[in-house]
Amino acid sequence: MIEIQELYKYYGDQRAVGPLTTNIERGEIIGLLGLNGAGKTTTLRILACDLLPTSGSVKVAGVDVVERPDDVKAKVGYLPDRPPLYDEQTVSDYLTFAARLRGVPSSKTAKLVAEAVELTELGDVSKKIIGALSHGYKQRVGIAQAIVHAPELVVLDEPISGLDPVQIVEMRELVKNLKGDHTVVLSSHILSEISETCDRILVINSGKIEWSGTETELSTALRQGTRVAITVRVAGASSEAALARASEVAGKVAGVSAVEAAASHETGPGVASISVRGEGDLRDALCRALVQADVGVIALGREQELESMFLELLGESGEGAPVRRKKKRRKDGDAAVEAAPPAPTDGGAA
Amino acid sequence: MSTALLIARRELSSYFRSWIGPCLLAGMLLVDGLLYYFYNGLDKKLLSGEVLAQFFYTTSGVTMIASVLLTMRLLAEERQTGSLVLLNTSPVKDRDIVIGKFLAAYAVLVLGTLLSVYMPAWLFVHGKVAIGHIVVGYLGLMLLGAALTSIGVFGSALASSQVVAVIVSALIAVVFVLLWLVAKATEPPLNQYLNALAVHHENFRPFMQGILQPSGVIFYLVFTYAFLFGSVKVLEARRWQ
Repeated sequence: MIEIQELYKYYGDQRAVGPLTTNIERGEIIGLLGLNGAGKTTTLRILACDLLPTSGSVKVAGVDVVERPDDVKAKVGYLPDRPPLYDEQTVSDYLTFAARLRGVPSSKTAKLVAEAVELTELGDVSKKIIGALSHGYKQRVGIAQAIVHAPELVVLDEPISGLDPVQIVEMRELVKNLKGDHTVVLSSHILSEISETCDRILVINSGKIEWSGTETELSTALRQGTRVAITVRVAGASSEAALARASEVAGKVAGVSAVEAAASHETGPGVASISVRGEGDLRDALCRALVQADVGVIALGREQELESMFLELLGESGEGAPVRRKKKRRKDGDAAVEAAPPAPTDGGAA
Repeated sequence: MSTALLIARRELSSYFRSWIGPCLLAGMLLVDGLLYYFYNGLDKKLLSGEVLAQFFYTTSGVTMIASVLLTMRLLAEERQTGSLVLLNTSPVKDRDIVIGKFLAAYAVLVLGTLLSVYMPAWLFVHGKVAIGHIVVGYLGLMLLGAALTSIGVFGSALASSQVVAVIVSALIAVVFVLLWLVAKATEPPLNQYLNALAVHHENFRPFMQGILQPSGVIFYLVFTYAFLFGSVKVLEARRWQ
């Protein structure tokens, strides 16, 4: 359905995308995952013919986006990160306009608009002015305009951005419902959202595809090198001594490759936290070894969760990533990525 | 062309679903009326032809200002709100977008200008007026309006915000209006070229007098085409940015 060969896009001297090569099969739901500035939006804009590539080849259903952009546009429905809405129009007027703009004959427009309204569950608000709708409904209208002309490919740029939890669940269902009739490419910087909706994930970083596979493959590949966060307490010892003792014992456990001191969530005499990296799931072995060495384990859990694994995949260090994300938050108020500080996600007191 | 009309229809409806259209029309009529009254008040003894010429002169100023105000939102606002993406990612030619936008703004401008027709019509009560003078005068206003609207579309295509669009358009318009002043300070043959390019002075005065000069008509049509063509090229260039 989509063939991208050696795609490059430069803004002036700055490379936004490239080299990017990938193929997407018909009927797939593909998640494009990357941090802000990774090249997701630029790639999607090129797919939707909103931008032209600097070099390389992009074909949608065998049609080149540079040579025959109008033919590609007729096959693609695009929802940018900000829905392209006219606030003064009613939902049905807007969708009718979008359908006619995409070349739908007037005889078929009413039927296709009705189908798009039904699929996106906009029936209750179809006569309302778009400007009066909530953000969630506006996002639905955005999706409705992307599918109203029954395109082969639907491109959604961060469709769940800014939605509340209920709307996120509804949006996931909506995207899943598109499967079958459409090939869907959606982007996000939140791995958990992509993983629940998509058949396959393409991890993009600095304009290149870093990794491609299913969510299960991604989790399996990454969890082979899991970190375990452990907080210990050694009676009658200082925190420094407890840290040294715990590090020594943990370092001797088979499969452990590295032990580091970690910021402790617990305070008190003889309390220290370590972060242990190793092959496979080492939680039970570590717990047993520490307890047998008279090191009390007061908290233990797998440090990795999807978001931090994602950062690791992109080569971001455990300490560095949150700092970078904080800067991002100040700039654009984007809190979504930040909601996952590296902390134990399962397990607990032992 | 049907796509251009589709875009023009939506744009036209948006003028009248917001305050912009009605307010601009009301403003045009108000200013036209005030200028008409103060320049041609009943206490003045003027020939009907002079009153008409004065009316078309003052109304041309209102038409020019209204053109720039009407057009500033066309593409710049869509770029600001993100709705331009819908047009850019639809199988629509850039020229259809530009023509559609131009037609919508021009339709509002023509409506606002034609609504002022009751003012010269008053002259039928107390004076003798040639209908041809009125028709030619309004034709001149329409052509001048088209030229200024095309400048506005061009400015709106260039700018990323409405404020910048109105500043850019106004600057271009002022330059082309004041070329006759520059012509005064230059020697032949340059002054002739500058005068010929001036969007108002020598090209509009014959219309004010009720004289239909084909060269004036051609000038305004070519001028309008040039700026609309430039707008299309600006949109095309933005895809390569």
